[in-house]
Amino acid sequence: MWSGRRGLLRSSGCGVEELRCRRREREAALRKARREQQLVSKRLLRDEATEEAEGGCVVVILGEAEIQEFLRLAQRGTEEKERERALVSLRRGLQHPETQQTFIRLEGSIRTLVGLLTSNQALLQLEAARCLHELSHSEQSAVAEACLPATSYLLTYLSGHSSDFIELCLYTLGNLIVESEAVRRQLLPQGIVPALAACIQSPHLTVLEALGYALSQLLQAKEAPEKIIPLVLGSTLPQHILQLLQPGPKLNLGVAVEFAWCLHYIICSQVNNALLITQGALTTLGLLLLDLAAAVQRTEDAGLELLVCPVVRCLSNLLTEAAAETVGGPMQLRDERVLAALFILLQFFLHKQPSLLPEGLWLLNNLTANSPSFCTSLISLDLIEPLLHLLSVSNVVSVLVLTVLCNIAEKGPAYCQHLWPGLLLPTLLDTLALSDTEVVGQSLELLQLLFLYQPGAAQAFLQQSGLQALQRHEEVAQLQDRVHALQQTALHG
Amino acid sequence: MQLPPALHARLAGAPGAAAPLPVQRDSLAGNAPFRFAARQVRFPREHEFFEDGDVQRHLYLQDVITQVAAEPERPRRFSARVPEFTCQVAGCCQAFDTLEDYEHHYHTLHGNVCSSCKRAFPSGHLLDTHIQEWHDSLFQILAERQDMYQCLVEGCTEKFRTSRDRKEHLVTHHLYPADFRFDKPRKGRRPASQVSTEAIGEDWAPSEGDAMEVCSEQAEAHPEPPRERRVYSHRIPSTVCFGQGASRGFKSTKKRSKRQ
Repeated sequence: MWSGRRGLLRSSGCGVEELRCRRREREAALRKARREQQLVSKRLLRDEATEEAEGGCVVVILGEAEIQEFLRLAQRGTEEKERERALVSLRRGLQHPETQQTFIRLEGSIRTLVGLLTSNQALLQLEAARCLHELSHSEQSAVAEACLPATSYLLTYLSGHSSDFIELCLYTLGNLIVESEAVRRQLLPQGIVPALAACIQSPHLTVLEALGYALSQLLQAKEAPEKIIPLVLGSTLPQHILQLLQPGPKLNLGVAVEFAWCLHYIICSQVNNALLITQGALTTLGLLLLDLAAAVQRTEDAGLELLVCPVVRCLSNLLTEAAAETVGGPMQLRDERVLAALFILLQFFLHKQPSLLPEGLWLLNNLTANSPSFCTSLISLDLIEPLLHLLSVSNVVSVLVLTVLCNIAEKGPAYCQHLWPGLLLPTLLDTLALSDTEVVGQSLELLQLLFLYQPGAAQAFLQQSGLQALQRHEEVAQLQDRVHALQQTALHG
Repeated sequence: MQLPPALHARLAGAPGAAAPLPVQRDSLAGNAPFRFAARQVRFPREHEFFEDGDVQRHLYLQDVITQVAAEPERPRRFSARVPEFTCQVAGCCQAFDTLEDYEHHYHTLHGNVCSSCKRAFPSGHLLDTHIQEWHDSLFQILAERQDMYQCLVEGCTEKFRTSRDRKEHLVTHHLYPADFRFDKPRKGRRPASQVSTEAIGEDWAPSEGDAMEVCSEQAEAHPEPPRERRVYSHRIPSTVCFGQGASRGFKSTKKRSKRQ
């Protein structure tokens, strides 16, 4: 069912340890960037096969004279092959930041490149587009912004038919979009949203993935909630996105990942989620969640968490919308298979990506908070114990697990009955032995509910040295009052 | 984390839910000093709760995440070298040694081609606009009375009386370049001596930068105003006509004066 992800380990000689080290550095840099709200990443599309054929990846720095010569040959050469080769040489040189700087400072260079981009020589067009793509990928704003004169053409070409070329244009646009608000201020009036809406009907998976990438960059912009998302919601894009996320034999992982992130950026911006719900977003995402849980059991496919994460986020945020309650019909969000799926995915996270456990538990909270049905299902599917097992992972996870347990317990005696006895008491006593105030605080809340609704709970608690466990926290400011209240209840009923 | 064995079967089973247990709350629950209240939570974009997942996402974008190389559906690019072959379209003699190059060539030059004047266009949309404005005599008639020149930007429904007005709109409203190559005025609308930046691709000066002309010379890309008119290039095949079509020529003089 899942088409293979066409990813490649771009090693070319790097050792595993080197890769890990590189990854750690990248990760630290990304975290820092995110905290500063500057999280920006570009994609580079380079054809490894072609590069190898061209004789390895040694990048040559080109000087002014050489660049001018290549441009001249490309433009005025007499033989086509010669012109092509000149552009190829230029493109290879442009892989180097220094060449890029020299290039953009050369008068008329961009204009010439744009001319070649729009020429009637298809192969020159392609090479010119590749040159632009290299420039778009630069971390230097000046270099990327030098590509601006080409944008109207890149957008025009999106309605063409040459899938490789369109893919290239899309990745280039995606890189430019993320560059600065100034770039977006040009692209929006140039019609990028309608152009993408037309292009999303392409049957080519590579085009779709590229489009998803470009769109996700657009939606991630700071001004997106005010300026971009309303335009996107007003177009046919949401319907197409939801279609591309339908589970089934045609679902492609690479494509789905991009569009799931697009949907996440739209939904968490809270512009008009009700509209998405009427378009069936909850249904689609719910079914997709089921599908993902099934996939996760079947395959060791690396990368599924890249899709699970945004799907979980979208569902969780959508559930908080008022419209989620009123949309009637056979909404599978009252379907307990969603719970089964979520737990399978929680187990998957535990093994593959523990840092995503909080997000999964957040969805569980939103499913159970106001739903007696889901709380009952948690019990009838025997999921209480697995839930308890998550308590040892981390403080954040523990707080969330306890919150879900409280969601169940607060619904009354019929529910508490099923939480008791089992592992709950010993587990709670364990959490009381911790020092994290939030974890302990949430345990105290749960205890109050249990003492209230479950006869015999207070007794059992006393017998298991519960009072001593409470004593530890008698002096803690945020906990004192609750500790004393519980002590009173336990002792005097 | 051990999951109950029946869970996987449940996932594969039919939709449905258990009948909910009766809810019965005591007013003391969650009372001070306690504060628990079951409630859904939503997180906005920049919330730190999303940090880990966002970082993962970006690691993936930067290709730092190792991915399992599964069977690709097709190579990312058709870059495999094949024995050289030529384009099969009549009159085209271009040769290729990769499928990717051929695909692009075909779509660029033989894809959206006007059957009247053989010009190639980057998209069906532009081709349709061209046919309407250049080869449809009904269009000319209607254009005398109403706004017929449609904006070229996909999704924009504005129409204009003249192509000049349209260009004005493209530049001021859509921030298009003034010398946008796919917006050329039809021949006959400006006197021969008037050469301006808008005159790019005047079709009766065949070696102008007309990007859509099949087999004409490649576009002039560097600024060289005023553009020289060159002699016919030997490369232009006889099938390409310059203004000999019946739809062109001299229509009502009314239009001429409007153009000034």
